[in-house]
Amino acid sequence: MIYDSVIIGGGPAGLAAAVKLAEKGYEPVIIESRDRLGGIPLQCIHPGFGLHLFREDLTGPEYIYRFIDRVEELGVKYVLEAYVEEIVNYSMISKKVRITSPRGVEVVEGKTLIYAAGARERTRYEIGLPGPNAAGIYTAGEAQTMMDMYGVMPGKRVLILGSGDVGLIMARRFVLEGAEVVGVVEILSYPSGLVRNIVQCLEDYGIPLYLQHTVKEIRARNGRVSEAVITRVDENFKPIPGSEFTVDIDALILAVGLRPRVKLLKELGVRIDPNSHGPVVNDWLETMDAPGVFVAGNALMINDYADYASMQGYWAAESAIEYIENKGLPSTRWRRVVPGENTRLVVPQYLSGLRDAWLYLRVSTPLENARLVIPGLGREIPLIHALPSLQLRLMLRREEILRAGEEVVVEAVKD
Amino acid sequence: MTEELVITCIICPMGCRIRVLKKNGEVIAVKGYSCPRGREYAVQEATKPLRVLMTVIPCINGDLPVVSVKTNKPIPRDKLLEASKYLASVSVKAPVEIGDVIVENILGLGADIVATRPCRRVKN
Repeated sequence: MIYDSVIIGGGPAGLAAAVKLAEKGYEPVIIESRDRLGGIPLQCIHPGFGLHLFREDLTGPEYIYRFIDRVEELGVKYVLEAYVEEIVNYSMISKKVRITSPRGVEVVEGKTLIYAAGARERTRYEIGLPGPNAAGIYTAGEAQTMMDMYGVMPGKRVLILGSGDVGLIMARRFVLEGAEVVGVVEILSYPSGLVRNIVQCLEDYGIPLYLQHTVKEIRARNGRVSEAVITRVDENFKPIPGSEFTVDIDALILAVGLRPRVKLLKELGVRIDPNSHGPVVNDWLETMDAPGVFVAGNALMINDYADYASMQGYWAAESAIEYIENKGLPSTRWRRVVPGENTRLVVPQYLSGLRDAWLYLRVSTPLENARLVIPGLGREIPLIHALPSLQLRLMLRREEILRAGEEVVVEAVKD
Repeated sequence: MTEELVITCIICPMGCRIRVLKKNGEVIAVKGYSCPRGREYAVQEATKPLRVLMTVIPCINGDLPVVSVKTNKPIPRDKLLEASKYLASVSVKAPVEIGDVIVENILGLGADIVATRPCRRVKN
């Protein structure tokens, strides 16, 4: 059996890709690591999903079951509890994926591959948090799995390090479940989460937000975290002596950011963009180094909305169909997209000029009354209030892209 | 008696700090908003802030130990903790489908608690 597409990951991006392929009469297969389809939205029990795609305000599970139900209706095949050992780019029209699942070890073959394996959470070792290797230290996503999938409380007196959205959302969940949240600590001078979450998750419950602070040290008693030493930091993120204070806790939750999960892509020889931390792709969302391998969702870049991940899933599926029908995508003179001034990242990194394309980007610093400028295309968009935590998206028309030279610089300029 | 409330607007990412002046519970002035929707939000927040509550409750014989639920309409913000506490004593038997009503008219607030995730029955 050779599938039209092997889809790695059964979350917002992978399920959307599967639905699109199956609706157009193609046969995909989904490889999912958990014991059920759905991915992370299954455990995101708060609203805010579906506003872009369905014009409705849904919780994560309600959102993702729209896709799961459709996958079941269409009879899409999937393998659960499957671990991908290796991806082999065997030929232009053969991608072989070696998996281990309760069925044993097998090789699943597709004409194309859609990689939608999501993101991983950064750990305490990546932020250099010293102290003993104690129990009671979890990432925000782990705490969410424990509480909202399995009904287990990770702690009763909690400190949250990092002000990412999942951390803020978990702060509220802890309070609603009767725990005490002693505070949220953020090293930057501004929160990394959305304003809505600062208000509705922290201010509503009187949870203190310590900006320009970090956790300097953690201490443990009887093998479990018991104290955290919080300190103010200067503009170089160095602790300010004498500003330390200690809080008693029984759990420390890390909300210190996400990274696209790209290990298997790297092993395939795919280049990784140091800005997005995801693969280098063209405007079919095809990796520039492995033809017929497409990437969507948080494996491509960290998205603010599950809706965007699903839209990228649709995009990758449409590209895969074009690839299957033509045994490859047309060759072209690529235009490289370069993040310029005040711009942290831009995806996709290459434009073909053969199609319209969405650009996803983030600014690198908070900006007031600025403009987003693409000089090569003559495009200019006002940015009244831009934050790095806010993902921006704009559509480029094919005719515009054709005007560009070899490089398309995207920058945010202050007036 | 006059009081001033400072509301952080969440309608868009600008996060305007809107000042609402109240006299004997009535709004008499609103300052610092940049759009009509912001003004409307600030007045609502200053008089009767509303929120959707979401949590999980035990699901007996379910394929997961808990099922996620929410209020089907927003409830007053100052009732969130009380409603959450009430739900700590509520459980449900599998199977549960999305939209199933778990608690009708919680605390008499006019909102129902509905399931937001299916919970399949497994043999025990």
